[in-house]
Amino acid sequence: MLKIEKLHARAGDAEILKGLDLEVRPGEVHAVMGPNGSGKSTLANVLAGRPSVEVTAGKVLFEGRDLTELEPEERAREGIFLAFQYPVEIPGVSNLYFLKAALNSRRKHLGQEELDAMDFLTLAKEKAKLVEMDEALLNRAVNEGFSGGEKKRNEVLQMTVLEPKLAILDETDSGLDIDALRVVARGVNALRAPDRAMLVITHYQRLLDYIVPDVVHVLAGGRIVRSGGKELAQELEEKGYGWLTEDAA
Amino acid sequence: MAESHSPESLAEREYEYGFTTDVEQETLPPGLDESTVRFISAQKDEPEWLLEWRLKALRRFLELEERETEPTWAMVHYPKIDYQAISYWAAPKQQLVESLDDVDPELLSTYEKLGIPLEEQKRLAGVAVDAVFDSVSVGTTFKAELEKQGILFCSFSDAVQRWPDLIRQYLGSVVPYSDNFFACLNSAVFSDGSFAYIPKGVRCPMELSTYFRINAANTGQFERTLLVADEGAYVSYLEGCTAPMRDENQLHAAVVELVALDDAEIKYSTVQNWYPGDKDGKGGIYNFVTKRGACRGKRSKISWTQVETGSAITWKYPSCILQGDDSVGEFYSVALTANHQQADTGTKMIHLGKNTKSTILSKGISAGFGQNTYRGLVRVQPKAEGARNYSQCDSLLLGDRCGAHTFPYLEVKNSSATVEHEATTSKIGEDQLFYCRQRGISEEDAVSMIVNGFCKEVLRELPMEFAVEAQKLLGVSLEGAVG
Repeated sequence: MLKIEKLHARAGDAEILKGLDLEVRPGEVHAVMGPNGSGKSTLANVLAGRPSVEVTAGKVLFEGRDLTELEPEERAREGIFLAFQYPVEIPGVSNLYFLKAALNSRRKHLGQEELDAMDFLTLAKEKAKLVEMDEALLNRAVNEGFSGGEKKRNEVLQMTVLEPKLAILDETDSGLDIDALRVVARGVNALRAPDRAMLVITHYQRLLDYIVPDVVHVLAGGRIVRSGGKELAQELEEKGYGWLTEDAA
Repeated sequence: MAESHSPESLAEREYEYGFTTDVEQETLPPGLDESTVRFISAQKDEPEWLLEWRLKALRRFLELEERETEPTWAMVHYPKIDYQAISYWAAPKQQLVESLDDVDPELLSTYEKLGIPLEEQKRLAGVAVDAVFDSVSVGTTFKAELEKQGILFCSFSDAVQRWPDLIRQYLGSVVPYSDNFFACLNSAVFSDGSFAYIPKGVRCPMELSTYFRINAANTGQFERTLLVADEGAYVSYLEGCTAPMRDENQLHAAVVELVALDDAEIKYSTVQNWYPGDKDGKGGIYNFVTKRGACRGKRSKISWTQVETGSAITWKYPSCILQGDDSVGEFYSVALTANHQQADTGTKMIHLGKNTKSTILSKGISAGFGQNTYRGLVRVQPKAEGARNYSQCDSLLLGDRCGAHTFPYLEVKNSSATVEHEATTSKIGEDQLFYCRQRGISEEDAVSMIVNGFCKEVLRELPMEFAVEAQKLLGVSLEGAVG
């Protein structure tokens, strides 16, 4: 589904990714771990097409297509979803309106009929229940005045409504207490499917107790320095990143 | 990596309503002196006192012009206007008609192109339209129905003939002929406009609406509007405008006067979409307007809501004189400047009576090379015990070549007054746009969504159908700014 070869990318003047390789097949959940500044978020932004991140070399293929040729909105409509580390506030735009516009742009692209307001509301309420989100938040402006936990739940809500092919979670666990973490994980696990892949970016092993990955990668110095099964996460928890980053250097 | 777009390029959408109608015009040659004013007055068969009033205004204007006192304090720049080079009279040949069947079909099709078919509106929207085509009203609807309730609503010229006493009583009572440079000019040469009177205790059952349209090349349009809400009356008035594409700058200097007596309420909503000039700043309307409402009675209320997306230059300060005790003034404004548009707009809230209250909510959006200025005065006079004002001025910038400026003036002469002012300036950030795009929403739709969200508190003050139009207009005005 996703194939990354010798990827180099820069954000501003700094080269962050330096020859990254990664392959994710449908149905798989991959965790990407690594110390701060290792390039985890840059990887997420490359996949989603953030304009300020520039791919300088290498290949990023999504279902065989060169992702770098696509605008961010085209990637989204193709089924790439990024749960933001820092979800953005959009004052005055209701959460429901925003999400409906997002869903319908994807449905339109897929040749499906757009949902009307009533059908959409039913769907949104049902999904909100799944992530234990207060329905009142649906009518508030997008992320405006939301607590950190509410913002992250909102990301997961959007993800469950949009049903992407490839979901990228960028430190969705950061700043969450254990209850919120469970809820977020439940939302994510409910989405696991044979035709869907997930890339879970996290700093801590904690999240992986709830979202059990098929593969764990360690990102350091802009490259994947180690890959393994879920036990690698446990090992990292015990030993830290030092022994691996030294290898990378 | 996909090519990134600058948000400011969103500001380049072609003007949609740029067409002219081929209707024969009866036009006065350019020039301004007593004979011009006498001609206009005679065309309208006006009473002597009105001619005298116009002439006083003309003398005052010529005096001001000679002393070169055209106002220059606003943050707008334009070449000096030669007032002798303007033609002050143009009227469609066909005059007031009995029914729509008698209206020149060309005119009707113009309205249809603008999406405001009169008949449709009559039937569907329940809106009475006093359509002003250039200078003379061509059709007034629902008149009979309104008159049943004692509501008078017609063209200004018509009102002068039918209710001269009311006109004489109120004309110039809020904006005197000598008020300012452009008000003087308007008072001397005003062509037509609208008049409405809502009698005591009557709640006007429908929104009154006037569509303006400037159609004759090089002909300034000078509208005069007078609305009077008698004790306990209520009226909601809509004003919306589009204009054909022109190369020459067209001067527009309107005057609007509102009077609210005891317990009366006037809600005045404007969507202004005149030709803003092309993307290089060529052409476009100069919109120099004086709008003022007098809350003359106790517990009266005047509320101005405006969405200003058009015109090359906007100079406009819809104001409230809060004379009656416990009267309320409101100003809700969205002003959008794209390309090379300039807007200097805001309000004046003059608190004279006790416990008077005013609210100012201004949203300025600048894109391209647009310059957007909020200028507002809150004055609390010594006798305005317990006066309260709340002002909020927010600016949104798209790109880095535009400008936003805020000039709040506060003059408080009563120590019991409460005056609050808040101001913010923000930019549509890459983060916001990227977030929307990552959810599959195109950049254009995202900008439109963010801008509409920014203006929401103002837009919700508009009557429903107007709000929908205004939302579209904001999107349209900013489309094409991408890529």
